[in-house]
Amino acid sequence: MSGAAKREYKNGFVRWVEYRLPIFSAADAIVGRDYPSPKNLNYLWNLGSILGLALVIQIITGIFLAFYYIPTAEQAFNSVEHIMRNVNNGWLLRYVHANGASLFFAAVYIHMIRAHYYGSYKAPRELLWLIGLAIFALMMATAFMGYVLPWGQMSFWAATVITNLFTAIPLIGDSVTIWLWGGFSVDTPTLQRFYSLHYLFPFIIAGLVMMHIWALHTHGSSNPLGIEVKGPQDTIPFHPYYTAKDLVGFGVFLLILAFFVFYQPVYFSHPDQFKPADPLVTPPNIVPEWYFLPFYAILRSIPDKLLGVVGFVSSILVLFFLPYLDTSKVRSAKYRPVFRQFFFIFLADVVILGFVGANPPEGAWLVIGRLASAYYFIHFLVILPLVGWFERTKPLPESISTPVLGDAGGGAAKPEPAE
Amino acid sequence: MSTTQPDEKVTRRDFLYIATGGVTVVGAALAGWAIIDSMNPAANILALSTVEIDLSPVEEGQSLTVVWRGKPIFVRNRTAEEIAQAVAEDSDNMKDPQNDADRVQQPQWLVMIGICTHLGCIPLGQKFSDPKGEFGGWFCPCHGSHYDTSGRIRKGPAPTNLEIPEYAFLDDTRIKIG
Repeated sequence: MSGAAKREYKNGFVRWVEYRLPIFSAADAIVGRDYPSPKNLNYLWNLGSILGLALVIQIITGIFLAFYYIPTAEQAFNSVEHIMRNVNNGWLLRYVHANGASLFFAAVYIHMIRAHYYGSYKAPRELLWLIGLAIFALMMATAFMGYVLPWGQMSFWAATVITNLFTAIPLIGDSVTIWLWGGFSVDTPTLQRFYSLHYLFPFIIAGLVMMHIWALHTHGSSNPLGIEVKGPQDTIPFHPYYTAKDLVGFGVFLLILAFFVFYQPVYFSHPDQFKPADPLVTPPNIVPEWYFLPFYAILRSIPDKLLGVVGFVSSILVLFFLPYLDTSKVRSAKYRPVFRQFFFIFLADVVILGFVGANPPEGAWLVIGRLASAYYFIHFLVILPLVGWFERTKPLPESISTPVLGDAGGGAAKPEPAE
Repeated sequence: MSTTQPDEKVTRRDFLYIATGGVTVVGAALAGWAIIDSMNPAANILALSTVEIDLSPVEEGQSLTVVWRGKPIFVRNRTAEEIAQAVAEDSDNMKDPQNDADRVQQPQWLVMIGICTHLGCIPLGQKFSDPKGEFGGWFCPCHGSHYDTSGRIRKGPAPTNLEIPEYAFLDDTRIKIG
């Protein structure tokens, strides 16, 4: 947007509005012709817009589900069955909402893994990463509370186990937990506040998304090479190039969503969710949704209650320090051979933690869980800083255009200001 | 600040700023307290805080689960063997050391809140067919805590013994919890 000549709009109505409320030039500057983007973005840069789509799908389906849902311990399970059996297309709304949540997390994890691989969170984009993590934290809270609403067995016991994490706080833990519950156990008051917050948080997320995009636009997208844009020759306008590419991503996302909704609608669910909540019977193996499994594994692998909770919380908090723990000046793993290997080991570690979280904490799983949990923290706290200091990185290209066009592509030999 | 400058006097305006700011902070704190306190258990929930239990149908070696404040209460009519084991193990190495005698009013009747002190699951051991853990009492399947015949934590992640609620014997076969 900066420096672009004031765009002349041909349509008279557009011109009339633009003169009074410059909304069209704003759109052009945000996702349009006047937002220059690096021309080498690969498909991993599609996840941002896909996440926006996922949020919109969740909000729309959620609003319509809320017309029929009743948040009381007596009625919640039945009202969900009512939606499934009697409400016109209720099954569709619910399955899109439930599977949409899973795919939302799948997309956000790929988005975050991409940021780690390409070092997208490094200066000057630290705040962009931190806002993203705030969104992630709210997403986790929203998803957790949403999982409680159908009031199945897993709902109830997930709520019980997770709210009981607060009892680990020394001295005030018990009062904090009773305050959270609004009673002496998870019951209607708990369900109703979860419902209220489950409805509220997505709108806070939407507000944070605007700040996320604002921060993104301040320095522009990072890119697979991890070097800054050197001039106009390194960029293409967001519209039509990336709007078109993002639509391809939308298509893929919607196809996957449709597959689960129409062919495997309860793939991500749990058999115990088909039983109404029973406060007197704990299911044999309480497991969270798949997207919480690695964190749950860390919680369970520490044999002390307070330290387990500390480990669980730290496993998320450590991500907030990632821009400072990853000490290398080179962003992209493409030019960091040592980091690149540790990156894939870390990915494998998180997948292993996922399997550990899904299995009872006994025998070999307990040992594997402890090792994998330890490695999770070692990756962030030891490996990343050390690799950043000692690694011999590969030479970076002069500019985004140079590797493609050779010296003729501009770059250092022919510097041009970006504006 | 104007107050630190020797040549500037404290004015009525300074007083008004501080008074306004002070009232705003106190007002916001009071409003905030009202909002936060609204999340605490309501009067109707607090009103349901006692239950009476008839113990007469519970034979020796049997257990009873009742609900108090939405929580299961484990009542067990312990066998002489279980009592003897609990007392004999008083001096064993425990995470939360407590004598069996301090956990019961009558040795025969063990009354506990049946909620694992780890993360709130319901331990197994009330039914004959349930696993009772390595110490013959209760076993929490969620994260593997073992409780003994006195409900004391002996192995696993739970930090404390199963909690004893406030209760009183109304007569030989009836107790009131809460």
